[in-house]
Amino acid sequence: MAADGTTRTEKFPFGIASVGLGEVDRQVPIDEPPPLAPNAELAVIGKPIPRQNGRAKVTGATRFTVDVTLPGMLYGKILRSPLPHAEIRAIDVSAAARHPGVCAVLPVARSDDPSASVVRYIGAPVAAIAAVTMAAAEEALRLIRVDYNLLPFVVDVDKARESTAPLVHDSGSVPPGHASGFPAPTGLPLNGNVRGPAVASRGDVAQGFAQAGVVVEGEYRTQVQTHCCMEPHAIVADWRPDGLTVYMSTQFTAGVRHELAAEFGLPLSRVRVVVDGMGGGFGSKSMLSKYGRVAVALSRQAQAPVRIALDREEEQMDSGNRPGTWQRLRIGARRDGSLTAISLVGYGTAGVGLGAGVGNIAQALYACPNFETAQFDVFTNAGPGCAMRGPGNTPGAWGLEQAIDELALRLSIDPVVLRDRIDPSPVRREERRIGADRIGWQHRHAPGADPGPIKRGLGVAQSLWGANVQINSACEVRVMRDGSVEVLSGVQDIGTGIGTVLAQVVAEVFGLRPEDIAIRIGDTDFPAGPPSYGSRTTASITPPARTAAWRVLQELYREAALALNAATGDLTASAGRIFVRDEPSRGMNFGEAAARLRTDQISAVASRSDDYGGFRRRMGDAALAEQDLGGVQFAQVAVDTETGIIRVERVVAVQDCGRPINPLQIESQVQGGVLMGLSYALYENRILDQHTGRMVNPNLEQYKLAGPREAPAIDVVVLENYQGQSATDAYGIAEPSNIATAPAIANAVYNAIGVRLRSTPMTPAAVFAALGKVPSGSQ
Amino acid sequence: MNSFAWASARTIAEAATAATTTVSDAMVASPDAIDGGTKSVVKAGGIDLLDLLKENLLTPGTVVSLKEVPGLDAVAEEQGGGLRIGSMATLANLAGHPVLRRFYPALADAIQGSASPQLRNVATLGGNLLQRPRCWYLRATEFHCLRKGGGHCFAISGENQYHAIFNNRPCAIVHPSTAATVLVALGASVELTNAEGSVRRLLLEDFFVAADTDVQRENDLSAQEILTAVLLPPVPASLHMAHLRQGEKESFDWPLADVAVVLELDRDGSCKRASIVLGAAAPVPYRATAAEAVLAGKRIDESAVREAGHAALAGATPLDKNAYKLPLFEALVRRAVLKALA
Repeated sequence: MAADGTTRTEKFPFGIASVGLGEVDRQVPIDEPPPLAPNAELAVIGKPIPRQNGRAKVTGATRFTVDVTLPGMLYGKILRSPLPHAEIRAIDVSAAARHPGVCAVLPVARSDDPSASVVRYIGAPVAAIAAVTMAAAEEALRLIRVDYNLLPFVVDVDKARESTAPLVHDSGSVPPGHASGFPAPTGLPLNGNVRGPAVASRGDVAQGFAQAGVVVEGEYRTQVQTHCCMEPHAIVADWRPDGLTVYMSTQFTAGVRHELAAEFGLPLSRVRVVVDGMGGGFGSKSMLSKYGRVAVALSRQAQAPVRIALDREEEQMDSGNRPGTWQRLRIGARRDGSLTAISLVGYGTAGVGLGAGVGNIAQALYACPNFETAQFDVFTNAGPGCAMRGPGNTPGAWGLEQAIDELALRLSIDPVVLRDRIDPSPVRREERRIGADRIGWQHRHAPGADPGPIKRGLGVAQSLWGANVQINSACEVRVMRDGSVEVLSGVQDIGTGIGTVLAQVVAEVFGLRPEDIAIRIGDTDFPAGPPSYGSRTTASITPPARTAAWRVLQELYREAALALNAATGDLTASAGRIFVRDEPSRGMNFGEAAARLRTDQISAVASRSDDYGGFRRRMGDAALAEQDLGGVQFAQVAVDTETGIIRVERVVAVQDCGRPINPLQIESQVQGGVLMGLSYALYENRILDQHTGRMVNPNLEQYKLAGPREAPAIDVVVLENYQGQSATDAYGIAEPSNIATAPAIANAVYNAIGVRLRSTPMTPAAVFAALGKVPSGSQ
Repeated sequence: MNSFAWASARTIAEAATAATTTVSDAMVASPDAIDGGTKSVVKAGGIDLLDLLKENLLTPGTVVSLKEVPGLDAVAEEQGGGLRIGSMATLANLAGHPVLRRFYPALADAIQGSASPQLRNVATLGGNLLQRPRCWYLRATEFHCLRKGGGHCFAISGENQYHAIFNNRPCAIVHPSTAATVLVALGASVELTNAEGSVRRLLLEDFFVAADTDVQRENDLSAQEILTAVLLPPVPASLHMAHLRQGEKESFDWPLADVAVVLELDRDGSCKRASIVLGAAAPVPYRATAAEAVLAGKRIDESAVREAGHAALAGATPLDKNAYKLPLFEALVRRAVLKALA
């Protein structure tokens, strides 16, 4: 590659900073910047910079999509199915259409179209209204008359697997793939409500189990978790003759633009998607979604902007969820702990949707020559699942990491030591060492050792997540003649602080402060940015930001070099100045250099190049890096054996994300991941009434989320793991920080009380049942 | 939410005259009825009322606010002891009230543990006592349950993990007020004032209505009647009290179980009288008389505490998913007795 003149060879820092750094040779495209030094040698990157929009958020100044109001804007509301499975024989919207203030009426389900005449879950959209006020829209909804023919339904995943169960889908209605941009295996067989299996294997599992000295086997269950974004799903669609503008709470402006263009037959150039403040998505705001289509169709019909914001009940019932899973894991090992075989069977339900697998963590986390899995989707008459923070691997880790804990116990090997033997990752080895030290692992005692009713325990679990990259990611950097700088990209800040990260990256290049950089993101009028899902935002958009800034800087150097009578190659930018590297007094302020520009503004656009060491896999616009992301978490719990209450007292989370760019924001994200995992482990549960199929807790009162008093002390440690893979060498953190928490807590509970809880959530009822204090059915 | 008229009462008589129905009565209707017509209901803090309005469970013609009635939020020590708490006193004010903290610490604890800081700033004691149950079937218009005039309790054969373990037929709600658990244990009374200004006083315990007496209401409030005050009896130095609650979580959650214990001790330390009340256990605060009997007339030692905990659950009829409440209540009763003695 180097020979053709498009790349050059560079030496990059390589390895884990706390262990010791080496170097690696990489081929770098000639138009990309030189290697970035380790964080210790940098001025801005790697420093805990406060979130640039933090003040605006806490003072209420940030404009979220629900705050957008346009002149003449109408309010859209969606009529939703009150029945879990019904054929729609007729919809009469005439009275609604005549209601004062109603400007557009849109049937979503249609009695005359066999592909749209059946609703399959409570909350499925049936029709929609746009009216001049929210009240008028709500009144008009009640005037829509729908003639439903109730069909047999099933909401329980076990019952849905039975051969006599009512069928959720007919052959034409089975969804083709996952709802959140994750490719699903196609062409899998459908038997009754069971679709699959999706299989993977290596080696010979039967032979592996024959070689095992110890075999552990267990069944694990996880509940359905809902996303509970603080900001609801919201859109303001503004259809005009010259094009469509959509303000939307979205994780992927560029993707929504593509969907809109395709759906409504518009050129990309006539579609604009904008998001400013975002109150979380967690996977549920990855796509245009039905409500988004409805809003645009209503706007087109009414010739006026239409706003739809889901209410909390709609959020809970029809904005996606983390599918519930059931898995049976069998693991065989020799006496020394080395694994000989893993067998995993999974049945999960994403309601009427797909994507209820348990991921690749059992397949990929540990060295084991023989592996097989068969994973099935089970359809039920419930709202469709979608991606949620670490889809697949989060429920997958719940099973795997408890099974490994059980295996360690059976082998009489410390769970950390066992992992040292079977986990080939040098990164996690270091994470285990740091975490064990911080949590005080050496003081861990045997289950039930505490004298009183309150038993304490320590547990450990690991996380695995692919390092995703969006190739189709671009960023523009501009320098103005007055010395001001701006960075522009369609990338959206969903609450993670990517704007601040971009400012740091650009500021580092120019030798400026992060606050000197104007951040303009969340708008498809700027170069297309990556999605903020799959923990890929930072990995995808920071390298182009640095590259674009570096290219602009070269242009600035040319002006400065002329004035300084120096060679451009001898110049450097630091502390607000551009100067001759070996003679710092020969230089000028950044602003003085900018003032010499021949035009008001210079600019460069860069896009994400391939990882310098190559990708493991390319999938369209996306790619998977060679190295994985992960982390190790330790939990300390106190279990009150008389009340059944589990209290998580402490979590130590040791994570890696390549080069950390903003430790403050990373810490904040890891805390969020831990809290979400704790909430998943102990509290959250979408509860459906078995007789009616209706969710009984579609709110934030009876759907229980961990709150401030449930928050443990969270100790976050982030490794610097340099791989020399891009202009920033940075990767993501959001999902890996969520995956290990629940099993770490469960393993700590086992260590506390000597009983294993294999289902989420671990409520007092479940604890009492495990302790034999109440019959196991009564929870 | 339907459109309704707003009336701001200036006097109790004005409010009582305007209150043509109770919230309970107004919620007994066909689920499709949207028009509340001429029915007027009273609003105190509005915490529960707003929920009911937003869920379309209540569609009144008029909402009558008590906010402008002067003096309804007063807290005053009564001659001869005891405390008179105006029904509009907020939970936040009561939780921090020095007299409550000193003489009725169990009540202050229960109130402090309720809801969230934001809610306690607005919620009133009167509204807290009169709020409708949190049963998720009652709270969804799709379930036309017994308490709303329907023919069926969905919880008894449904999702009943948070429901009653005592007296749970024909309806399995639990009473939502934790303050009530302590107030019943203290022997508190309520003062009800009607449009003519006549006042009736009755023990809070007698004010509550059991599910098998009338399944459509939790209390004896009449139309055109305002809960004006809660009256606490005097607290002699021999009185020891404690309240414990256990939620699934501690931030903004309803208790799975809560227990109030009031013990009157003789000079020799033996128990003259015990009052043990379980909250989140039954459709109204549940008096654990068998446990009270265990302690009465006895020096309370470890085995008496254990026995009382056990006796508290005598006669429980748990449902499919709430048997876990039995060991939980047992532990809380033991701990609350010990806390009261401490």
